[in-house]
Amino acid sequence: MNFNYTEEQLALQDTLRRFIAKDYAFEHRRTLAKSDDGFDREAWKTFADFGILALPFHEDFGGLNGTAVDTMLVMEMLGRGLALEPYVSTVVLCGGLIRDAGSNEQKETLLPEIAGGELMLALAHFEAGGRYQFDHVATTATANGSGWKLDGTKAVVLGAPSADKLIVSARCNGGISLFLVDANSPGLSLRAYPTQDGARAANIKLAGVEVGADSMIGAAGEALAIVDRALDYANAALCAEAIGIMSALNEVTLEYLKTRKQFGVPIGNFQALQHRMADMVIATEQARSMATLAAVRADSPDAAERSRAVAAAKAYVTQSARLVGQQAVQLHGGMGVVDELNVGHYFKRLTMIGLTFGDADYHLGKFSDTLLTA
Amino acid sequence: MDLNFTAEEQAFRETVRDFLRAKLPSELSRKVLGGKRMKKDDYVLWQKILHEQGWGAVSWPEEFGGTGWNAVQQHIFDEECADAGAPMQLPFGLKMVAPVIMKFANPAQQQRFLPRIIDGSDWWCQGYSEPGSGSDLASLKTRAVREGDHYIINGQKTWNTLGQYADWIFCLVRTSTEGRQQAGISFLLIDMKSPGVTVRPIIMLDGEHEINEVWFEDVKVPVENLIGEENKGWTYAKFLLGHERTGIAGVGRSKRELKKLKAIAKKEVANGKPLIEDQRFRDRIAQLELEIMALEITNLRVISAEGKEKGAPRPEASILKIKGSEIQQLLTELQMQALGHYALPYIEDGLNDAWQGDPLMDAYADYAAPLSGHYFNVRKTTIYGGSNEIQKNIISQMILGL
Repeated sequence: MNFNYTEEQLALQDTLRRFIAKDYAFEHRRTLAKSDDGFDREAWKTFADFGILALPFHEDFGGLNGTAVDTMLVMEMLGRGLALEPYVSTVVLCGGLIRDAGSNEQKETLLPEIAGGELMLALAHFEAGGRYQFDHVATTATANGSGWKLDGTKAVVLGAPSADKLIVSARCNGGISLFLVDANSPGLSLRAYPTQDGARAANIKLAGVEVGADSMIGAAGEALAIVDRALDYANAALCAEAIGIMSALNEVTLEYLKTRKQFGVPIGNFQALQHRMADMVIATEQARSMATLAAVRADSPDAAERSRAVAAAKAYVTQSARLVGQQAVQLHGGMGVVDELNVGHYFKRLTMIGLTFGDADYHLGKFSDTLLTA
Repeated sequence: MDLNFTAEEQAFRETVRDFLRAKLPSELSRKVLGGKRMKKDDYVLWQKILHEQGWGAVSWPEEFGGTGWNAVQQHIFDEECADAGAPMQLPFGLKMVAPVIMKFANPAQQQRFLPRIIDGSDWWCQGYSEPGSGSDLASLKTRAVREGDHYIINGQKTWNTLGQYADWIFCLVRTSTEGRQQAGISFLLIDMKSPGVTVRPIIMLDGEHEINEVWFEDVKVPVENLIGEENKGWTYAKFLLGHERTGIAGVGRSKRELKKLKAIAKKEVANGKPLIEDQRFRDRIAQLELEIMALEITNLRVISAEGKEKGAPRPEASILKIKGSEIQQLLTELQMQALGHYALPYIEDGLNDAWQGDPLMDAYADYAAPLSGHYFNVRKTTIYGGSNEIQKNIISQMILGL
């Protein structure tokens, strides 16, 4: 048993921590959230320089052979900074799908471009009326010459407004397949909007969008298993992001308890608030353990084991994040609910993480169902 | 023991319903029920309609133009108004400063201010909290220095709700630094148009402008705007806070929002079935409904007791505030959670009544747009009006004697 990061991992963590502190301060982040792109293209280039856009890919394709634990470490730091860049969409989800299921040619073309910061991607998978059910796909792919024609709508596609290409799931050959689609393809329309946490997403309509035969990622009709794996990867990453946010929230809240004075003393002198803070720290430590489990198991070749660990972690981390987020706001009093302070923004991001790719109930249900077969 | 309303009370409820059916404008109820953005005119219009009916101030005694209704009648009225989607009557004038004016102001002040509150002419806001004085309100620093027939005010108030619309602000100001902090506070009414008053918006987590800072720089206030005696303001303030808590259970509104939550859970789909058929989610609604049922009866118990004693609200009001605020928060949380991924979009236009959605947002236009913002917004309810931690101190000290 070994819970230590390697020296390389610690160095990367340190680099990111310094970047967030120096170049991604909260005021900068606030400006970015209101800008047209909604994120920092310069930061994206810096991420490429740091190597984190190449992290989970094999070295044959310009990658760094990173594990899910490496991704955890990156996500924790991006969480601290409330980074708005579409890292999960491009690198974790779509990069992961191409890595796991792409042809050699696709990997050779696409992965180095992602790693270099030249290509942004978004996964257009979920649809209205399907909630978090990941096999709910009504979008169709019909044969069109040697290629395919796509029709359907996709809901709340994270990172879509900045994506150069989309990975679209659609039904054909009695199953679900994945297609790489240019964002500016004729017949593809986007309804872009900000999300509650300041990021960007879009609803997408595909009306007879034509793609070539070589646009398919993986085997026809067999995408579900690879989407499942990519979503597990993404959920493990979101858990790590939440841990970064919860740690940061605990730090600022503790500082507030020590400095905010009422009745002539720091409010941290009041036992009711001390115990509340202690509960927040306990929840964060427990959640960190579960996020670690998810990261380690995310690389497991055993799909059932992987899936069970990630579901457990996402349920637990979301519940802990709810407690920490709500109480951090409460302990800050009025200052917790203003747009001007980082506390409320950490809280909003935690809330949205909890509602992305399955909420706590969904993941608890998924875990609970495994009790019947274990 | 009888938990049923009497025949007279039932008849009274019908009268209120008839009035709401006839007089509540549908453009107002549509906004309220849809959780859309409210304008100043919406609140003022509704107050004027109520006033024409003679129901402008149901909690006031008849001598000041109120209805003289008992606590149960007021409860029925609140419940029916909430259910029909009537705009909330903002408490700052009607339920906060007015009771203080009735009890502690002189007849000239009562004549000057009360009629303009009940007919909707004056919009009031509150000047209590300061950046350094929240839970520890008595430490407030805004100074009022007497110069001839005026006080000169300097200082800053914060967490001021909707002061951008206000004609008047009631303020706690420091008139003395001698003795106990509480003994140097006075209760002053200030015209918001006075030179030296500046209102600065504080944008909240939902992105809306509901709250302000109010700055006073050498603001001249005539001494006739002092309520009661100088340096006795703390007594009046405590009286006011007690009144603020009685309405805070918000049972009527919570019952309405519970109905809405159920309607949403019937429309949203999970695993090919209505979300409400998902037992894990339905149990959350059921658990919350138990809380609301309990609070409704607790609320009736407390207000019935008040009706008999006719005194200031008792410390039990703290229970109503704590439970009422927690319920409001849980309701918005479940409404948001019901949306799944659709909780994520932030569509600013979606808060406007006129917004009809757009083709790519499918069913979203119906009810989804305001819900996440509401969840973020109501985090304030466990903080304002005496935070829930302060309420628990009141219970510990006043009820339990700890």
